[in-house]
Formats: sequence, C-alpha cells, structure tokens
Amino acid sequence: MDIVLQQLVNGLTLGSVYGLIAIGYTMVYGIIGMINFAHGDVYMVSSYLTAIAIALLTFFGMESFPIIIFGTLIFTIVVTGAYGWVIERVAYRPLRNSSRLSVLISAIGMSLILQNYVQISQGARQQGVPTLLTGAIRFDVGDGFVQITYMKLFILFAAFLGMGVLTYIIQKTKLGRMCRATQQDRKMASILGINTDRIISSVFVIGAAMAALAGVLITLDYGAFDFYVGFIIGIKAFTAAVLGGIGSLPGAMLGGVILGLSEALFAGLISSDYKDVFSFSLLVIILIFRPSGLLGKPEVEKV
Amino acid sequence: MSQQTNGISIAAAVKDTIIAGLLALIVFGPVVGVLLDGYEFNLRAGDVASIVAVVMAGRFALSVFSQTEFGKAFLYRQSTKDDGVVVTAPDYKSKMRFIIPLVIVIGLIAPFIASKYVLTIVILGLIYVLLGLGLNIVVGLAGLLDLGFVGFYAIGAYGLALGYENLGLGFWSMLPLAAIMAAISGAILGFPVLRMHGDYLAIVTLGFGEIIRLVLTNWTEFTHGPNGVSAPLPTLFGLEFKRRSKEGTPFHEFFGLPYDSAYKYIFIYLILFLVVLAVLYVKHRLTRMPIGRAWEALREDEIACRSLGLNHVLVKLSAFMLGASTGGLAGVFFATYQGFVNPSSFTFFESALILAIVVLGGMGSTVGVVIAAFVLTVLPEMLREFADYRVLMFGILMVVMMIWKPRGLVRVTRTGFATRKGTVK
Repeated sequence: MDIVLQQLVNGLTLGSVYGLIAIGYTMVYGIIGMINFAHGDVYMVSSYLTAIAIALLTFFGMESFPIIIFGTLIFTIVVTGAYGWVIERVAYRPLRNSSRLSVLISAIGMSLILQNYVQISQGARQQGVPTLLTGAIRFDVGDGFVQITYMKLFILFAAFLGMGVLTYIIQKTKLGRMCRATQQDRKMASILGINTDRIISSVFVIGAAMAALAGVLITLDYGAFDFYVGFIIGIKAFTAAVLGGIGSLPGAMLGGVILGLSEALFAGLISSDYKDVFSFSLLVIILIFRPSGLLGKPEVEKV
Repeated sequence: MSQQTNGISIAAAVKDTIIAGLLALIVFGPVVGVLLDGYEFNLRAGDVASIVAVVMAGRFALSVFSQTEFGKAFLYRQSTKDDGVVVTAPDYKSKMRFIIPLVIVIGLIAPFIASKYVLTIVILGLIYVLLGLGLNIVVGLAGLLDLGFVGFYAIGAYGLALGYENLGLGFWSMLPLAAIMAAISGAILGFPVLRMHGDYLAIVTLGFGEIIRLVLTNWTEFTHGPNGVSAPLPTLFGLEFKRRSKEGTPFHEFFGLPYDSAYKYIFIYLILFLVVLAVLYVKHRLTRMPIGRAWEALREDEIACRSLGLNHVLVKLSAFMLGASTGGLAGVFFATYQGFVNPSSFTFFESALILAIVVLGGMGSTVGVVIAAFVLTVLPEMLREFADYRVLMFGILMVVMMIWKPRGLVRVTRTGFATRKGTVK
C-alpha cells in the first residue's frame, strides 16, 4: 500500500514534467504538422544550462534558494528559448514547403547535432548539480510511510504554474489568438495579416521554454544528467502528447500525468527494468488503436 | 534602402551579422564557454569568441552573396528546383553495362590482394550496403520512414548467435531463416502500423527498435544481457575456419595450407559480396516491376493511388517486409564477422547512420546508396582523429542534404518507353 502511494506521488511529479515537455511536441505538431524530433535534446541542453547557471550563481556568491532558483529559471528559459528559435530558423524554416519526410529527417539530423555538440563541448561523462532543497513531509501509512520531498512539491507547483501561465497566454493574449488562428488555417491567417513565420518561431520558443522549465525541475530533483538524457525522455514526452491527443494543450498535460502515473506504478509493482519497454509499448498501442488520443480530434486528410 | 535594390546594401548585411553574432553568443556562450567540472566550472572564452567570429563571418558572406546578381539567380534556382527523375531515351545505353562487370571482377579478385585490415573495413562497408539497400526500399522507394530499422538488424544478428547456442543452427541455415524471421517481425509490426500516418510510423518503428534493444539488454537468462553472445563462423561444406576444430578437419589442414586468420575474412567477404550482388539484382528488377512502381507511386501520392485501386496496406507491407529481411541478412553477416554480438551495437544511432546513408545516396537510387554506404563507413575509419565529430557530421549532413538536395546526390534515372514495332500508334 505504501509503495503504491509513494509511486503515485513520484508518478504525479514525473508526469507533470512529461506534460511540460509534451507541450513542445503538441504545439509544434498542431501548427506545422511536424514531429520536432530534436525537442528531447532541447530539454537535454536545458539540463546543462541549469548546472551552468547554478555554478555561475554560486561562484558569484548567491547562495539563497529563491535567488538561485529564479536566476537559474530565467537564464535557462532565455537561452533555451534562443535554441528553439535558432533550430527552427536553421533546420526547419528552409523546409517549410518540403515533404513531411524531409522535415522529419532534418529534425533527426538536428537531434544528432545537439547531442554531439554538447558531448564535444562538455564531455561525455555524467554531470551533476548540488542538492538545493532538502527535507520532506512524511505520512505514516499502515506499516510503512509515504514521503513527499519539498522538491517534489516545488516541481508540482512550478509545473502547474507554468501550465497556467501558458494557458493564459494561449487563451487570452493577442499572441495566443494569433497562434490559434495560424494553427487552424495558416494560409488564411497570413491573408489576415498575421506574420505566420514569426508565429511559428514563437511557438518553437514557447515549446523550448517549457522544456527548459522541465529541464530545471528534473535536474534539480535527480541531480545527475548526461548528453543522452534527451532521447528517452523525448520519446516519453511524445508518448504523453500522443496519449492526450496531439495538437491539444490540455491533452498534453493529461497525457503526461497518465503516463507518469502508469509508468511509476509499473516500475513499482511489476518490474523497473522494463519500465521503458512499458512506455514504448504504450505508445505503439495508442498509435495503433487510438491515434487521435484521448482529447484529440481525428485527423482527416484532404486532397 | 529602396534606392539600393540593385546594389549591395552593406548596412543590411552588417545588421544581419550583428544579430547572428548576438544569437551565437547566447546559444554557444554558456554551453561552450562554461566547462562544467563537478560543481565548479572553467571558462573557455577563446572557443566562444572563435565560434561567434565564424558565425558572424559566415552570416556576413551569406548576406552579401544573396544580394549579388549571381546569388539572387542561385537562390532562385534553388527555390524553384525540380528534383525529379531523369528520363533517358528508350535506346539509351547506360555506361553501367561496362562498369558493372568491371566492379564484379575487381570485387572478386580484391580479397586475395588486399590486406586483412582493408578486408575487414570493406566487409563492414558491404554490410552497410546491405542495410542501406534494405532501408532504401522502405524509405527511398516506399516513402515510409523507418527509424527502428536496427531492430531487424538485431533480429538477424541475435538470430544467428542464439540459434547456434540453443538450437545448434549454423551460418548457412540461419542465413535464410534470419531473413524470414526479420520479414515476419516486419509484418507483425507493420500490419497494424502501416495504415497510420507517415510521421506516426516513424515514431512507432523507433519505439519498436528501442523495445528490441531493451529486451536484449534486460532478458539476461536468454540473451546474456550486455555481456553478449558469441556467433559462429560460416563453414565451407563443413570445413571450419578455426585453428583447431572440435569435429572434422579445419579448412587450412584440409588443403594443407598454413593457418591464417585472413581466410575466414576472405570467405565471409566472398559470400557477402555475392549476397550483395543478388540483392542488388533483385532490387533492380523489383523497381521495374508493378510492385516497385506501386511503391514509388504510393510515396508520391497516397490518395491518388488508393483511388486508382491500389491496396496501400499490402503494397507498403511488401516494401516493409523486403526491407526488413535485407536488414536481417545484414545482421547475420555482422554477427559472423564480429564473432560476437551485444546490444550496444543496435542503438538508435545505428538506425540514424543507415538513414544518413539513404539520405546521402538518394532516395530510391541504388548506385547512390552503394557509394554512400562506403563513404560513410570507410571515411570514419580513415579519419580516426576526427572520431568525436562523426555524429555531428552525420547530423549536419542530414540537415544540409534535406535543405539542399532532398532527393540525394545521385539522381534516379529511368529509361523511357518506346512503342513496340508493329503496334498501332
């Protein structure tokens, strides 16, 4: 019982972070219909940026938790956003009118470039960040106990705050309205005077910023990362996006939480060796039986 | 600026350059400039400065170039290029009819002259030719992006190793069996998946490739996990290529030759060479048969094909299975060549490398894939000191090729048709 509850807590935090990364996939897919294969690696870059920011901030003598966390978040989000913009400009915009296969191959190339670039500049070994926030709340359940660290609470709070801010931007602001218009009909939107190229760029920046938030949170919680972390977590976040219905923002969050919970339960109750196999199998099964996901609309191809 | 439409605006170029430089500073600055060392860091400002300088110089050159008359014409050609197939006249005789016999003769003589080191590299190159040909059927001809191709490669390789260990099957029985096994798993995976959209197919196959690798790593009782399994060598009518044989005489004793470990590589090379030739021939014929035409038609326009009555699932499935079986064959050769297989040979990177071969060689072009397979496997062997940059180069290659020449370096040629004599026009 205590294992189940503990895994539910772990799964919820992990799932909310999957949801943050899934936003990047789902928004890009919604607006230009491509799978941004390099998105997982953008997340990976943001983990490195987190460690760099913390190292820089501690070097300049800033030790208190709020300053470090805000400094790291701002720095990582800004730089990762720049990565999102540059990647779109260099690898995807020249292919705007090419076949979907070409764009996807270009994205795979971008993913390899990012991995190898970080490996060359920072070395192949694992990196880490110091633990910033310690302490936990404990509940006694039967014979055992359930532990919720303050870090996990912070992750949940930050992830849902990020989602809330994003929902506000998309639903209430002018930028969000232009994004939704471009998503519905790119040609019509540009006829009505929306600079669709700029909107597509800003969608990439938003996606990268959400991945950066996820990168900061996960890196602070786990402490260790290497240049290869983006691959697995990228596929899982994509699974979350597909599970919730690709193109749908609430779907991404819902899919992330469902995937995180079911993966944590599988790891806790059945086998932790095969938890990645479980996630990938889930992805295959969803795509076969319900490709439109839980909240998505079925895709109709028009001639 | 409006007066300068015909001239070169240096001001605009400088503006572009400064923006590019600032972006390069933001993007490369932290990751390149701050080298993490535990929780400390070392600064490397020089590297950042040189990268930013290169980016700015490149952006400036590009900006000026795109404003010159030549540059404008070049960009216009690039934006309106038509990368179709080249259709030759019906009576056109390709130079390939001289080149192919020459290549075959050289290929058959080569192993007896080449050193063992060269031979091992060429064998590896040929294995990648097989993989490239297999993936080229799936990606190049049928237009289905398969990112889990390495899974079929792994099935072939582990098929040989585990078949030998558990069932005592040797190289010759596993060669066809592995191809069939890979084709069947391709069908099992492909049948439900091929109905869905192209992008989803890529992700599902990627997941499949990873599942195979994870199972090979974690199912230690059967696959021995990361420790790997040893694989048998091929035999010549029961003669083994080892120094000492448990049963029967080894090859060198039978012919009264001194033992040389190069014999086994020569033998593997010869079988592999013949298999590659056979696959090339089959593929060459298939592309001219209705099924091959159906693959390419489906790649170009699926809806049109379906409305003309093509069964798109069956057509895709046949491409998927043929590609998979070629991958399985390559796996058997890989296992016997290494003498040993473990899961680390079958990572996603391997799939990406095979994809890079297909992309560089040209979607659907056979000659291009053969050349690209050799270039991408032999070149890294020769440039060992740049080994760290290998993956980076593959990535850049993929992006640049997609922007510049999405159909690959070698364009597909096809002979035109003439009406037969005696038919009514």
